[in-house]
Amino acid sequence: MASILPLELVHVRLAIGDTLIADDFTLTLAAGAPTIVVGANGAGKSTLLRLCHGLAAPSAGTIAWARDPKGHQAMVFQRPSMLRRSALANVAYGLKLRGVPRGVRTEIARDRLRRVGLEAIAERPARVLSGGEQARVALARAWALDPQILFLDEPTANLDPAATRALEDILGDMAEEGTKIVMTTHNLGQARRLGADIVFLHRGRVIEHAPVERFFKSPGTPEAAAYLAGELPW
Amino acid sequence: MAIFGDAFATALALLIGGDPQLFGIVSLSLQVSLAATLIAATIGLPIGAALALARFPGRQPIVVILNALMGLPPVVVGLVVYLLLSRAGPLGSLGLLFTPGAMIVAQTVLIAPILAALARQTLEDAWAEHCDQLRSLGATLLQSAATLLWDTRYALVTVVLAGFGRAAAEVGAVIIVGGNIAGVTRTMTTAIALETSKGDLGLALALGIVLLAVVLAVNAAASGLKNLSVRRYG
Ligand SMILES: Nc1ncnc2c1ncn2[C@@H]1O[C@H](COP(=O)(O)OP(=O)(O)OP(=O)(O)O)[C@@H](O)[C@H]1O
Ligand SMILES: [Mg+2]
Repeated sequence: MASILPLELVHVRLAIGDTLIADDFTLTLAAGAPTIVVGANGAGKSTLLRLCHGLAAPSAGTIAWARDPKGHQAMVFQRPSMLRRSALANVAYGLKLRGVPRGVRTEIARDRLRRVGLEAIAERPARVLSGGEQARVALARAWALDPQILFLDEPTANLDPAATRALEDILGDMAEEGTKIVMTTHNLGQARRLGADIVFLHRGRVIEHAPVERFFKSPGTPEAAAYLAGELPW
Repeated sequence: MAIFGDAFATALALLIGGDPQLFGIVSLSLQVSLAATLIAATIGLPIGAALALARFPGRQPIVVILNALMGLPPVVVGLVVYLLLSRAGPLGSLGLLFTPGAMIVAQTVLIAPILAALARQTLEDAWAEHCDQLRSLGATLLQSAATLLWDTRYALVTVVLAGFGRAAAEVGAVIIVGGNIAGVTRTMTTAIALETSKGDLGLALALGIVLLAVVLAVNAAASGLKNLSVRRYG
């Protein structure tokens, strides 16, 4: 399948009313190993993912894919929403929208739930699951679509250490199978473990985009250095 | 107090004895209100869904008007429907005036705005919660509407039951367009009004008890459904 990447953002701005939420996002996301987006609370990480994913239209600037990304991208939200149906049905729902026959989509959904470790609770109503379980259902739901690019907004914020580890393994596998991972996190250890390159946001601007090693060893901006210095040692 | 005791005794005798006149009135009432509720739901729920999901110019004023229409006085609805259906009126050729059909029309006009307005509120909340997720999965607006109508089905059944309760308990509209003709257009509410003014308090009270029981049953059903939904789906 022809790749929808690279994705190029040039001077992307987003204003809501009088507030400038994104000031200048200029960034190229190429196929390959995972890109990790970091920055302080309110820096614009979720906004960047929403713009890339097409959920928000830029007020200025351009967002361009190599080809039409329709149906080839998926996203795991910071606060996933679940429909009033079983976990399995929630995972199968995206496939249903695409007209995948019932038998096939149930099989795929079951497989994804198994791989996120939720096989045993596939039939439970999704909304009564714990926060961490819902986060994993959300990953399974996005994964079921077999996207070329997967955006994840702090997917491990609610997960226990074992589940975090499991999710990182899954993302590593997906990346190896060719899915482009673009993920935000506040966990710099995780950024190091998973990422090939780091995008650093500061007050609605992309002010640094560097390979992981270089970003952590010698950040190119005082803001990034301050951000890294403020991080707790564990 | 004695007058109440006598009336109550007569009412019980009528109810237990299965008085045919009483049950004729009850049955006609329920048929009319049920038919009106079904038609009003068929019209009102899609309108509510459209207002909740679609953004178009003039939407806000329509929502305000719709909310105001929830408080339509039944006698005014009766009067307007009367004018429309009277022989000289634009729909006079249908010959509906003073038939159960006219009462169904009047109650439909009365409760369709209620169903639309309450459904809009319910669906708008659901849309706010699921909007990003549904768009991310590639759902069209129509698919989203169908999904959310299904997702909020318990809340919407409660809305429809509220509409039914309002229709069954209303007297002003049906008495004007139905004419309160014995055996043809005499409903519980119009009969209560008439029998009370005639002094036949036993029949009036028997009908009052049935009406109360119906309203009570409807409300019990509504809260039972809500509990069931919370238990099953969270
Ligand atoms: N719809 C909106 N209206 C107004 N301001 C908004 C809106 N959405 C986001 N913002 C603001 O834009 C800024 C960036 O928000 P964003 O959610 O992208 O931050 P973030 O980097 O993801 O933060 P966090 O680490 O807390 O998740 C914040 O200051 C936020 O308050
Ligand atoms: Mg965020």
